[in-house]
Amino acid sequence: MTATAPVIPTPVRASTVFLALLHRDIRVASKELPFFLLRTIMQPVLFLIVFGFLLPKMGFVRGGYQTALLPGILAVSLALSAIQSVALPMVQDFGWTKEIEDRLLAPVSTQVIAAEKIVAGVIQGIISAVVVLPIARLIMGPIPNLTFGHIGDVLIITVLGATAFSALGMWLGTGIAPQQIGLMFSAIVAPMMFFGCAYYPWRGLDAVPVMKYLVLINPLVYVAEGMRGALTPEVPHMPLPVAMGALLVISTLFWVAGFRSFRKRAIG
Amino acid sequence: MTAITTRGLRKVYPIAASRRRGGGASFGPPGAGGFPPAALYGARELVALDGLDLDVGSGEFFGLLGPNGAGKTTTIGILTTRVLASAGRASVAGADVINDPVAVRARIGVVPQRANPDRGLNVLENLVFHSAYFGLARGEATRRAMLLLGQFGMQDKAHEKVDALSGGQQQRLMIARALIHEPDVIFLDEPTVGLDPQARLALWDVLRDLHRQGRTIVMTTHYMEEAEQLCDRLAIIDRGKLLALDTTASLKAKAPGGTLIELDLDGPADDAAVRARGIQHVTKADAVGDALRVHSDAGGRIISAVIEAAESAGRHVRNIALKEPSLETLFIELTGRTLD
Repeated sequence: MTATAPVIPTPVRASTVFLALLHRDIRVASKELPFFLLRTIMQPVLFLIVFGFLLPKMGFVRGGYQTALLPGILAVSLALSAIQSVALPMVQDFGWTKEIEDRLLAPVSTQVIAAEKIVAGVIQGIISAVVVLPIARLIMGPIPNLTFGHIGDVLIITVLGATAFSALGMWLGTGIAPQQIGLMFSAIVAPMMFFGCAYYPWRGLDAVPVMKYLVLINPLVYVAEGMRGALTPEVPHMPLPVAMGALLVISTLFWVAGFRSFRKRAIG
Repeated sequence: MTAITTRGLRKVYPIAASRRRGGGASFGPPGAGGFPPAALYGARELVALDGLDLDVGSGEFFGLLGPNGAGKTTTIGILTTRVLASAGRASVAGADVINDPVAVRARIGVVPQRANPDRGLNVLENLVFHSAYFGLARGEATRRAMLLLGQFGMQDKAHEKVDALSGGQQQRLMIARALIHEPDVIFLDEPTVGLDPQARLALWDVLRDLHRQGRTIVMTTHYMEEAEQLCDRLAIIDRGKLLALDTTASLKAKAPGGTLIELDLDGPADDAAVRARGIQHVTKADAVGDALRVHSDAGGRIISAVIEAAESAGRHVRNIALKEPSLETLFIELTGRTLD
């Protein structure tokens, strides 16, 4: 501090800046809503058509499969959307356009800016899941044993799952070079989607024990299984507290890693 | 009143880590593109700033002049809290950049080298949202935004996409953005790079106006003319070190006397320099690699004698340039290299 000028306390509250940043992200996202939805729900919807409609019609899968598939599809929508909503702008802003610099100059700590991005990703993840649910019902018809009786559990899993993937999006988005973005999808996101117990229940892997334990490193497993526990408890699933606990731990780890990586990119 | 103080400011980049990142002009960590050739010869770290001491007064238009890689952008990066200093202290508008970066950010406006508007938003939204980050209410922000757009002749662009703006208009939008929260200090990093001459002159007018309003302005540039035209005081820096610091007029007075005659030869110029010193009206003659630099107190009249001296030393002349005493000749004198 120099003695030449009086030290004025920062007049802007961090919460004010946080809300302004969130407002900006919502404004930008609402402008490109159709593209956002296409980008995030296309893949789950295609899966629904093939596995939730065509295959059952052909008689290749048994009736109960749709019940096991629905929570998984919601988990995939949530995860894909949350991860992309954060990772794509991060890669672009830090790697090329530098657009984020006007926000990095906001009178607030860098953590607040990172936290806002993650929260914006959580919101977009939840929106995707909410949009996919009625579409799934439309494509697959009535889903036996689907219950909204444990809506509190659904909410907890949704928020924890979206947080884990949004924070992962921040970590990946600030950690990789723009030219590697395709690699991120084929080498990290795609395997995560296929081995995330989204298209089959975890207990179904009893038949392949190695796989059953190997997939536990995949955060999507806990989102999909948590969704099953909350929405279709009839389908054999991982105990809900286990899924929630694992998501809490994973979210925290990704949040810390995402913050550190963001800070590294924001301040040289 | 002091607006900015730095003491012993030092910044060292580990090269391997820096190279991994993409280039591009920004206040963030610079990419490999901004590094001088030393970075390419396997050195493990790069000293971008080497003990910089500066004082900038309130209301002053202060220029940081130096070639690419001199440390200008790093200096601005530290002062705008986007780069962490490796050592030393700095304060801006009464707040310490290391201990209280949030307070610094509240009091500064920054115009980047390459326009980086928020492309998800239109022109007016760019200004209004930026104001919101500084806690300004929407109504007041819109009022100020329209006022600034009017001042910069862009009120009809308020609802345009930023991509529809020309380079000069985007740069003016950046200045409007830097001003809208009424900062104490404005930083501009090479604000006219990439602008056509007309847009550059228009921007100079904008900057002169701001200066007249009593704002503290810190600008980096590698254009001598820009520095001469706009700045009250100039710091000439190169390789992270302060080489000269004075008012623009005093610096010009310090420029070595006479005309500088610069000859590019086809080999080392040492022998030619020795011979040139014997020519009448030559006040000084130096060899810098293949370049022969001769100062003459008789203008360009001695050119033929200088060429003869070079040829008698067995060299052929590839190019000749004449430079009147100016900041540029001072710069060449101080750094041994030209600005670009």
